[in-house]
Amino acid sequence: MTIALNGEEVAKKITEVVPGSVAAADKMAVVVGSKSLYQVAEFLKSTSGLDFDYLNDLTAVDYLDYFEVVYHLTSLKHNHSLVLKTRCYEREKPIVSSVVSLWRAADFQEREVYDLMGITFEGHPNLKRLLLWEGFAGHPLRRDYL
Amino acid sequence: MAIRTEPFILNMGPQHPSTHGVFRMRVTLDGEVVLDVEPVVGYLHRGIEKLAEGRTYTQNIPFTDRLDYLASMTNNLAYVLAVEKLAGIEVPERAEHLRIIMAEMMRIASHLMAVGFFLNDLGAMMTPVLYMWREREKLLDLFEMVCGQRLTYNYMRVGGVSHDIPEEFLPALRRFVAEMPGLIDEYDQFLAQNEIVLARSKGVGVLPEDLAINIAASGPVLRASGVQWDIRRGDPYSIYDRFDFDIPVGSAGDCYDRYWVRVQEMRQSVRILEQAIPQLPQGEVCAKVPQLLRPPVGEVYGRIEAPKGELGFYLVSDNSIAPYRFRIRPPTLINLTALRDMVIGWKVADLIITFGSIDVCLGEIDR
Repeated sequence: MTIALNGEEVAKKITEVVPGSVAAADKMAVVVGSKSLYQVAEFLKSTSGLDFDYLNDLTAVDYLDYFEVVYHLTSLKHNHSLVLKTRCYEREKPIVSSVVSLWRAADFQEREVYDLMGITFEGHPNLKRLLLWEGFAGHPLRRDYL
Repeated sequence: MAIRTEPFILNMGPQHPSTHGVFRMRVTLDGEVVLDVEPVVGYLHRGIEKLAEGRTYTQNIPFTDRLDYLASMTNNLAYVLAVEKLAGIEVPERAEHLRIIMAEMMRIASHLMAVGFFLNDLGAMMTPVLYMWREREKLLDLFEMVCGQRLTYNYMRVGGVSHDIPEEFLPALRRFVAEMPGLIDEYDQFLAQNEIVLARSKGVGVLPEDLAINIAASGPVLRASGVQWDIRRGDPYSIYDRFDFDIPVGSAGDCYDRYWVRVQEMRQSVRILEQAIPQLPQGEVCAKVPQLLRPPVGEVYGRIEAPKGELGFYLVSDNSIAPYRFRIRPPTLINLTALRDMVIGWKVADLIITFGSIDVCLGEIDR
């Protein structure tokens, strides 16, 4: 059985290494600031005891006030999981750092989020639309796109 | 005088028999050697994630059939399990068993197609695939008995399944389970020891273990690379923890291992069916669930081991009748991430079998 790690406990560990990065934490998930996302992701991947080597799923949700980018992480070594989130309050040009250099699983998924939600992933090697064509107006998965 | 050569770009697809659907590969070639591949997807994009945000939880079940249409039952299962997790719904015992039976039958059907078309890509044109089709046909007949459909079943419901099985289902399934291991042996003997199959697929399209984990490969692609990870065992859902089965693991991560893992998984699925049929209890097949389900505010990531890999549903509920966010984690799109690394330096013919060995379904990639 995959054990879902308690977000509050992981948040404490993150704060020790990257102070001021955790914006909110509860049992289910850790929310970090979009500026320190890459540092936190690197910490989660490379720290022994956490070893999140497997990025199951990367997606984004539009809550109108902000965008939430959601990372579902698993460690195959320890068989535990964590939900990592970050929020973007900017609506015109939301920017999050890319995690492709840590988990290449993010490659197509970040392109998909960029395509359908309009979030730019800084540092992505090939950020262009995945499912829709170049020149398509708007980002259909935003809640205000009808 | 030296002959001047230069790389050229070849478009493979979107309409091409080797691409298993409307898929395009932008291949840069130096003669016959592959220098670069860029997969281009989206030709079958129907916007299922957006459409689902405007429909109720029950109305969304038929959409899931249209993802990986070679494994519709497992897609149904992944979705209803996620909704049940979100809403906290208990499923009757009989329904749990029926779901396992359907999911394992579906795995056999999907792997039959994968193996058949893989051999097709190798050049064994149509003969093996027609034999695989013959066996799959028996499974489709069984599915038709249960729900009247042969491709898009829409059989699972939130809280159970839509119908109980008819009387003639179990005897027919028992016949299938009894003859299938012998048939797998027979095909395997002809194909897995065939010199051409071995020469073409051994050592070709290698996906190393660390890369497989890094790109979050799943299903047979991950296991062929030597990672013993199966969600049915690692994070059991439904009642998989009650069944006894092995997880076949490859060692080389090449095309042959991916083929081999699928053949072994079919045998394991038959084993699960053998255990599930005698255990099947009597009783209700669906819990009482309101038509307009309103799950509490929250979110869930539900995942299952679909035939092609980890199929996940990330649902966000705002306590209304429709999901606020409906995200599908497509296993084959993510498995494709490593295609480029697997084929660079190989020839065009190897590109085709490597792509075939990943076993993609475009309905799921494009959604």
